[in-house]
Amino acid sequence: MTSFNLMHLQFILTGAMWTVILSVLATLGGGIGGAILALAGISRHRFIRNIAALYITLIQGVPLLVILFLTYFGLPALGFNIEPLAAATFGLSVYVSAFLGEIWRGSLEAVRKAQWEAGECLALTRMQVLLHIIMPQSIRLATPPTVGFIVQVVKNTSLVSAISFIELTRSGQIVNNSTFQPFLIYTIVACLYFAMCFPLSRFSRVLEKKFAISAR
Amino acid sequence: MSDVIVGLKDVWKSFGEVSVLRGVTFDVAKGQVVSIIGKSGSGKSTALRCINGLEAFQSGEIAVDGFNLADETLDLRALRKKVGIVFQSYNLFPHLTVLGNIELAPKLAKRLSPTETRELALKVLGEVGLLDKRDHYPEQLSGGQQQRVAIARSLAMEPTVMLFDEVTSALDPELKEEVLRVIERLAGSGMTMILVTHEMNFARRVSGKVIFMHQGVVHEQGTSEILSNPGTPELVQFVGSNL
Amino acid sequence: MNIDFGPVFARSGFLIDGLLLTLQFSLTAIVTGFVAGTLIAVGSRSKTRLLSLVCQGYVEAIRNTPLLVQLLVVYFGLSSVGLKFPVFFVVILAMTINNAAYTAEIMRAGLDSIAKSQIEAAKSLALSPWQVFSRVMLPPAIERVYRSLSSQFVLMMLSSSITSQISAEELMAAGNFIQSETFRPFETYIVLAVLYLILSLLFRGLFWAFGQVAFPRRRRLGTSL
Ligand SMILES: Nc1ncnc2c1ncn2[C@@H]1O[C@H](COP(=O)(O)OP(=O)(O)O)[C@@H](O)[C@H]1O
Ligand SMILES: [Mg+2]
Repeated sequence: MTSFNLMHLQFILTGAMWTVILSVLATLGGGIGGAILALAGISRHRFIRNIAALYITLIQGVPLLVILFLTYFGLPALGFNIEPLAAATFGLSVYVSAFLGEIWRGSLEAVRKAQWEAGECLALTRMQVLLHIIMPQSIRLATPPTVGFIVQVVKNTSLVSAISFIELTRSGQIVNNSTFQPFLIYTIVACLYFAMCFPLSRFSRVLEKKFAISAR
Repeated sequence: MSDVIVGLKDVWKSFGEVSVLRGVTFDVAKGQVVSIIGKSGSGKSTALRCINGLEAFQSGEIAVDGFNLADETLDLRALRKKVGIVFQSYNLFPHLTVLGNIELAPKLAKRLSPTETRELALKVLGEVGLLDKRDHYPEQLSGGQQQRVAIARSLAMEPTVMLFDEVTSALDPELKEEVLRVIERLAGSGMTMILVTHEMNFARRVSGKVIFMHQGVVHEQGTSEILSNPGTPELVQFVGSNL
Repeated sequence: MNIDFGPVFARSGFLIDGLLLTLQFSLTAIVTGFVAGTLIAVGSRSKTRLLSLVCQGYVEAIRNTPLLVQLLVVYFGLSSVGLKFPVFFVVILAMTINNAAYTAEIMRAGLDSIAKSQIEAAKSLALSPWQVFSRVMLPPAIERVYRSLSSQFVLMMLSSSITSQISAEELMAAGNFIQSETFRPFETYIVLAVLYLILSLLFRGLFWAFGQVAFPRRRRLGTSL
């Protein structure tokens, strides 16, 4: 048994880097899915809206851990072989998309209906109204909760440790297996998460205040 | 009559159980200014909204500049290039400047070049007297100025018919005047216009025809003379209560 | 590739035991987390600067770190200083610590939304500070944030699956066990997903029903919670 040293710290920092990478990938993947879900959620066709709502209810009603295990263990059992990084990214993206989809649909719907009508009366297509009139306005509304949700994404990447992907939490567990100083190590791990999440939380709140003031 | 540009014939429209238009019939000639007056809830807005296809109607005919509104396959965007509408709540795009608001549709819907668009925007902005506000955002403008920008935004589509739905109702008396002056100047320029309004004096001054709507039908119509000599007790009462 | 749920259903006894433990974890942590969270919310609104800073610091620290790490800190932290507790206790402690921070944030918003004039009116009726808090401030505050509270509690129930990582034998762990016995991961986790989905719909339904009973004013006004 060795005591905690710089090599361990380096190992943990490498894990932290993977947490950042995973968070970025999950936000991008989930962002693409979320955008599709948000657009589907404001579709004129009831069927498409229902599909989006069903997806969101299903995914939000299941723990992320189950989704990750389904992709990591379940897909190979069905004959789809999938790398740990791909499994982690895919599982996280599926989860993140449901939440971003709901946030973004909400901010699209928050733009007054009269704005749609004004665009329509100027002979713009639905797509043009969406792109040039609705989206620019809803981005202001969507940004604070989106940044706030990225904090959840960063924290949720910790669950990927359970499918033996070596990110921050898993690297802490590995170091702990050789040093057995759990309190020290998990406190360091927690501090690193805090260092990533706290600035984002703050930023989200600052944005929220700023937009709340300019909306008056 | 070949110079009829907007024609409604026995138009019926209901929202669910509520029958709102119950056989509306009237014509608007090219270059004519028509005022629609009537109590709140009498169906004035609904009639306007049917004219530019914002609302579907159940039966009857509406023809606008050669477009048949009863036709399901009608190209609504083509219609709306011809018919401008301005609402009581200006509905400007808050994230765009005055110029941005005005240039958006000519650029996107009419695919004009940037220089053509800019020329057009400056022209209509001059017509509503707001050239100096071109780079302002809507929230930096007074209600009257915002409404003038909304009018300019519609004019930039170079429509053949303009619809106005109580465009001064949300404004303070001082601000009403500046908007009414703009509309009056437009009327003088030969633009075909249908205005829903509560400004009786204004209606009397500018309109070639006045339509009094009551309970979903055209109850009385004629020249602005009918405001002075109403022919029906309902109009007598309405004019009396709107002095 | 053949799909066969038989082996999984054959072990449904484990699933039922796990489900019951998940319910116990969640219901207990809802109550403890709500009480602790409300106290922390009150603390963070306190005029005593130190108390309010400590409470706000707590909320920030918990909200910006993962539950899994909190669980590991509590689990290994306690045992590394020689304290041995049953897993049930460790889980409830960690989930309470976590849930309290989120609940505190929600309840704070609720309490902040109570108009000063309401409190002054209550004080002028000679109510005691406790009466003012429990009768005039708390009920409308809860009513106002009830929807956020219910969402938080559902999320917390789902995140209790994380406790499988410190060998608590709740629903998720039962699934992992069945998976290792049957080598049918796809079928096992599909069944788990369905069970959790039912649980979360059930929770939502219960919170809705409770809201209907607890806030009759909303029901009468026809405004949804
Ligand atoms: N979208 C709608 N859905 C249901 N009822 C409507 C709708 N729009 C208007 N109405 C009803 O139609 C009637 C006429 O409305 P409107 O055309 O706005 O009248 P006006 O403009 O003359 O005040 C009113 O009773 C109104 O409540
Ligand atoms: Mg109206």
